[in-house]
Amino acid sequence: MGMTISQKILAKKSNRDEVKPGEIVMADVDLAFANDITAPIAIDFVRKLGVNVFDESRIALIPDHFTPNKDINSANQCKIMRDFVKERGLPNYWETGEVGIEHALLPEQGYVKPGMLIVGADSHTCTHGALGAFATGMGSTDVGFAFATGKSWFRVPESIKFVYRGKRNRWVVGKDLILYTIGKIGVAGALYKSMEFTGDAIFELPMEDRLTMCNMAVEAGAKNGIVPPDGVTVDYLKSRGVEPSEYEMLASDTDAEYSDIVEINVSNIEPQVAFPHLPSNTKGISEIKEDIKIDQAFIGSCTNGRLSDLREAAKVLKGNKVAKYVRLIVIPATVEVYREALKEGLFDIFLDAGAVISTPTCGPCLGGYMGILADGEVCVSTSNRNFVGRMGSKKAFVYLSSPAVAAASAVAGKIVHPDEVIK
Amino acid sequence: MIFRGRVWVYPDNVDTDVIIPARYLNTSDPKELAKHCMEDIDESFTKEVKEGDIIVAGFNFGSGSSREHAPIAIKASGVACVVAKSFSRIFYRNAFNIGLPILESRVVDELEKFDEIEVDTERGKIKVLKSGKVYSSSVIPEFMQRLIESGGLFNYAKELLGV
Ligand code: SF4
Repeated sequence: MGMTISQKILAKKSNRDEVKPGEIVMADVDLAFANDITAPIAIDFVRKLGVNVFDESRIALIPDHFTPNKDINSANQCKIMRDFVKERGLPNYWETGEVGIEHALLPEQGYVKPGMLIVGADSHTCTHGALGAFATGMGSTDVGFAFATGKSWFRVPESIKFVYRGKRNRWVVGKDLILYTIGKIGVAGALYKSMEFTGDAIFELPMEDRLTMCNMAVEAGAKNGIVPPDGVTVDYLKSRGVEPSEYEMLASDTDAEYSDIVEINVSNIEPQVAFPHLPSNTKGISEIKEDIKIDQAFIGSCTNGRLSDLREAAKVLKGNKVAKYVRLIVIPATVEVYREALKEGLFDIFLDAGAVISTPTCGPCLGGYMGILADGEVCVSTSNRNFVGRMGSKKAFVYLSSPAVAAASAVAGKIVHPDEVIK
Repeated sequence: MIFRGRVWVYPDNVDTDVIIPARYLNTSDPKELAKHCMEDIDESFTKEVKEGDIIVAGFNFGSGSSREHAPIAIKASGVACVVAKSFSRIFYRNAFNIGLPILESRVVDELEKFDEIEVDTERGKIKVLKSGKVYSSSVIPEFMQRLIESGGLFNYAKELLGV
């Protein structure tokens, strides 16, 4: 029996010729990381063991959630991280001014390569599978264990193969494909499993869109999302200074076993909106008959805070103004994205439209700060979760969409298709 | 271990954002976290929860973020164990790692708030006291049993590193 790409990575990292779904293996991790919320517990784990980290170059600490420090407690959490980094001389740490959202920062800075085994103390670690790595989120204690030992245990997951075919419609991006997919299979549709994204429509998809798709694999309950590496992967890595000699391109065997194969024709997909309070409550935008008035639009997060996302939003916002009493918050995911967007003149478009632009942070995505919702308010967000209370008040309503739909909705003051406002 | 206690009943897809909202994640102090446990889904929880209570729920309990603060908040509230139809995988790992016993079972379907149940984690049996009905739970994988026997992930790391 052949193996899927996920099985191959787990087999290799646990020094086995073969692994089967359901088996539990202890494997060597190539990269382990944590953020300002999750790192303190992981650091405590290492300190209590009284050991060094397994390999300084293979761990990363990224203060992205509540930075620049939102309050005294968060400042203290960050200090725990910074003190540890200083004391151990750890190289992979980014201070405010350099830091970006972990899942945007690590691929952008060339830390993620095909064939790697990556664990992060953050559920959206699955994002990194877009580069052909096996990447999965865990809790702080698990990542503390990885920091100390360089290992982690895994139950080898079954895989579901998603085959996307056909040509994408205008305004349809990776976000729409993944929202559509989660709408189809549900929030536990891939529980404990690996989501493998393939098909010609995926191979035509830019890396940034693949990152968005893998990012939301966890929203279907998956352990990881993965796109087998191809020419787009190689080109992206080259642009990040990573040469093909530094990694191995793995592919699933043709006789690999899948627990399910789901075929999706992307030419039938229009821009998608996930209604409160689950990412699976999706509708095509033309199916929305009622007026959904909004109070806030948020463009950012590890799902859609990259340069291509800001460009999409700018296309819609150019020459437009945000509706009265609506707040549009734009947060570039990393400093590089911030700088590039500024250079390209996107900030002028955003500012002319009446948006506010923040420095890179998770901020409002998890209801941290920089755009908390009041009781009864409605927000359209490009992030990945619309749970009760996710962005502030538990009486608020969050709709998920692509950057273009969020931008258009900010202009119209209600959820609309980008074509309705484009100038 | 055998736990006997009253139950708190919750639906499918209870996510970590309602178990412990992010606005309280600027600390990892269990007692502080427990003060806000379940607050966005059930305001009565923190007021009425008692040592030894049990949470029962539907599918996909603990979905969403990887915050270990979620099982920590539940444990620090005095909850003895959680029994759900299924768990999100990160929550599942986290619960084991921090020593909160969890079991998979459909028992929630016949329960109402504060009914009493008895949970035998080793035999994987759950008894409903009012009806006498016994449910069985899927067994805990051998590797995780070993993990529990060595006293959790921390002691396992000690063994592995010889420290
Ligand atoms: S942007 Fe949102 S989803 Fe992504 S890591 Fe930050 S809080 Fe989590």
